[in-house]
Amino acid sequence: MTDATTTPMAGRPAKGKSLLKADERTRKRNAAESRFKAYGLAAVLVGVFFLLALLWAIVQNGAPAFTQTFVNLNVELDEARLDKNGNRNIDDIKKVSTFGYNPLIKDALIRATADMQTAVEEGELDKILSSSVGAIVRDRVIANPDLIGQSVEFRFLASSRVDGYLKGRVSREDLVRDKNLDAAHLDLIDLMVDEGSVERVFNWDFITGLDASESRPEQAGIGVAMLGSLFMMLVVLVLALPIGVAASIYLEEFAKQNRFTDLIEVNISNLAAVPSIVFGILGLAVFIQFAHLPQSAPIVGGLTLTLMTLPTIVISTRASLKSVPPSIRDAALGVGASKMQTVFHHVLPLAMPGILTGTIIGLAQALGETAPLLLIGMVGYIATNYPDGVASGFLDPNSAMPAQIYEWAKRADPAYYERAWGGIIILLLFLMTMNFIAIILRRRFERRW
Amino acid sequence: MVTRFARNLCLTDWSILMSIMKLTATTAVFAALSATAVFARDNVQVAGSSTVLPYAAIVAESFGENFDFPTPVIESGGSSAGLKRFCEGVGENTIDIANSSRPIRESDLALCTENGVTDIIEVRIGYDGIVFASQIDGPEFTAFEAADIFNALGAKVLVDGAIVDNPHTQWADFNGDLPAVDILAFIPGTKHGTREVFEEKVLMQGCETTGAMQAMIDGGMSEDDAEDACIEVRGNGITVDIDGDYTETLARIASNPNGIGVFGLAFYENNTDSLKVATVGGVAPNTETIAAGVYPVSRPLFFFIKKAHIGVIPGLKEFAEFFVSDEIAGPDGPLSNYGLVSDPELSATQEAIVNEETL
Repeated sequence: MTDATTTPMAGRPAKGKSLLKADERTRKRNAAESRFKAYGLAAVLVGVFFLLALLWAIVQNGAPAFTQTFVNLNVELDEARLDKNGNRNIDDIKKVSTFGYNPLIKDALIRATADMQTAVEEGELDKILSSSVGAIVRDRVIANPDLIGQSVEFRFLASSRVDGYLKGRVSREDLVRDKNLDAAHLDLIDLMVDEGSVERVFNWDFITGLDASESRPEQAGIGVAMLGSLFMMLVVLVLALPIGVAASIYLEEFAKQNRFTDLIEVNISNLAAVPSIVFGILGLAVFIQFAHLPQSAPIVGGLTLTLMTLPTIVISTRASLKSVPPSIRDAALGVGASKMQTVFHHVLPLAMPGILTGTIIGLAQALGETAPLLLIGMVGYIATNYPDGVASGFLDPNSAMPAQIYEWAKRADPAYYERAWGGIIILLLFLMTMNFIAIILRRRFERRW
Repeated sequence: MVTRFARNLCLTDWSILMSIMKLTATTAVFAALSATAVFARDNVQVAGSSTVLPYAAIVAESFGENFDFPTPVIESGGSSAGLKRFCEGVGENTIDIANSSRPIRESDLALCTENGVTDIIEVRIGYDGIVFASQIDGPEFTAFEAADIFNALGAKVLVDGAIVDNPHTQWADFNGDLPAVDILAFIPGTKHGTREVFEEKVLMQGCETTGAMQAMIDGGMSEDDAEDACIEVRGNGITVDIDGDYTETLARIASNPNGIGVFGLAFYENNTDSLKVATVGGVAPNTETIAAGVYPVSRPLFFFIKKAHIGVIPGLKEFAEFFVSDEIAGPDGPLSNYGLVSDPELSATQEAIVNEETL
């Protein structure tokens, strides 16, 4: 036993090269390996750090957009102002514009704050309210003219500065040179919050609402733009998926390999790398100027994005068709299936997970695209009418989520900045859902061989 | 047993998927058919100046609330781009109204005539001030003269009686009252109507008062060449053209404490918490000084209506009339609240729209 351990045997390392103690070269190699692992880990950590920083910034900036400050107010719907003839004729009532309702609201504010200590002048009181209030009262009165003459409780949006104050975005110092609101207003707001007539609650209108003009950011919502995106994605799905899959099946399974198909292949790969703005110019020239489709319409947006998504779908479909083992084709042909039967009964179902993943990734890419929409008129003050019906959803002017976010980000009022971040949160949720669906579909239908 | 069950399950899934695909294909055909069937546009379509956009959006919103017409669609893109689209032709796939922060030019009119857009109604909605603002905690940029801006930003200036390439690196180099910090200015790009006003009312003015213009003419330049030389800016990182909106200028100012930016009055008034404004010629910019004509850098804002579309596009004339009505564009209206300087001759404009007076 002792002999065996002391006498060196053939094949063992030379003297001084213990297995337990690494020599110079091994140490170097090991060091290189651990350095590489450290680099890799650092790269991952940097990535994770930036991701977290980004998410934190988005949530931090965007979360306030989901709550909004409201003011509860009893308004006397004075018959002398709203219906001079007193006969409740709807046409007469409609003649009173939203501006005609403002004095009623001023009166209501004066009454509500009568027993509060405030330095705000009576004429300046309505600065705490959004300028949308006249329209809210008018809509309610037109829908139900019998309300005239009564005192009705309304829930009004507070102005964006008041909202910003409750969210900590606006301070008294900021208001020194601001003509939209004074510090005295904020003192009044503090009193009203204590009394309970001013409250900050979850704001569904941000998710379901219309775009608003620059003077009332508190009213703006992303709902209509969401519908615009939805209709665009429908167009992309029903066009890009069948066309893309048919093209790839033909190229992959039926077409002969020659110069011509090589050329097509190269072109498809190139198309996938074309900047999206180029598709916008193409869409403007072909769909609007040549085909005379309406401007700013989701159908044009959808068609343009279809062009952009097609190469992505073709490439991923071809890759997944290629990955189906030839033995499956041979077996099907061997038992007497036609080429078409082979493709549709055996190859296509097996390639489906890859195709669906590619399609959803392509759709997600199209969903986040702004540049082509700039050129076909979908960026601006556009998402202002709910589509009434499916046809109008495709044809009436509308915006899309990323376009709406871009538009908000460039508006003057800082309150819109917060809404842009809020919009990003919603867009990200959509993208995450789509990617999640892609993963589920792939898991569900994946075959291994 | 279990495997067969699983296989059957998969098959059912496939048939569902396939039927979904067939269904979508049918919808596609249906959608394509209905797209060609319905075509009449029932909303007013507007594009053009990003300075006019907020005002137009405020009016459009109110218009949608008070009338049974759908809310008009307002796009931006700049005055020149808007007028170009306006002049593309007559028909439902062209815009009805172009917003502009400058008057229409001969070249625009020539393009219009070429494409059959002949009867154009010009509407002046009011005045807008152009202000110089800097970071609120930045150096003391509180008072400028046109001459200061020209000395700082002009490509060629007058130094010791000779026209030379602008040698100034700091504001204090030519005016001891200004801070001793490096010159850096963010000015609107050439596609903006604001740039034209900046060149005309600030650079040109400064060029004349410093005597540089006279020196150039004395040096053998023709008057036109001298004017062109006057409005040329240094570039080179000292003047930066901003092709985007004022929010981009604001972002640049926020990251460059020494920079000054050119803004519209309305934009400044909405961002008083981060910007401080400088007087020009000793006058502070606000709606009163601009309305009185004391503040030197202001310009009228316009929109242009295609007369051929009135009566075809529902609500077009009503929108235009509503835009310039007293309760909207008057001194106490929402546009004035937002920063537009009301036009004292508003009633003449209202009449011109009622009578559809063309250019």
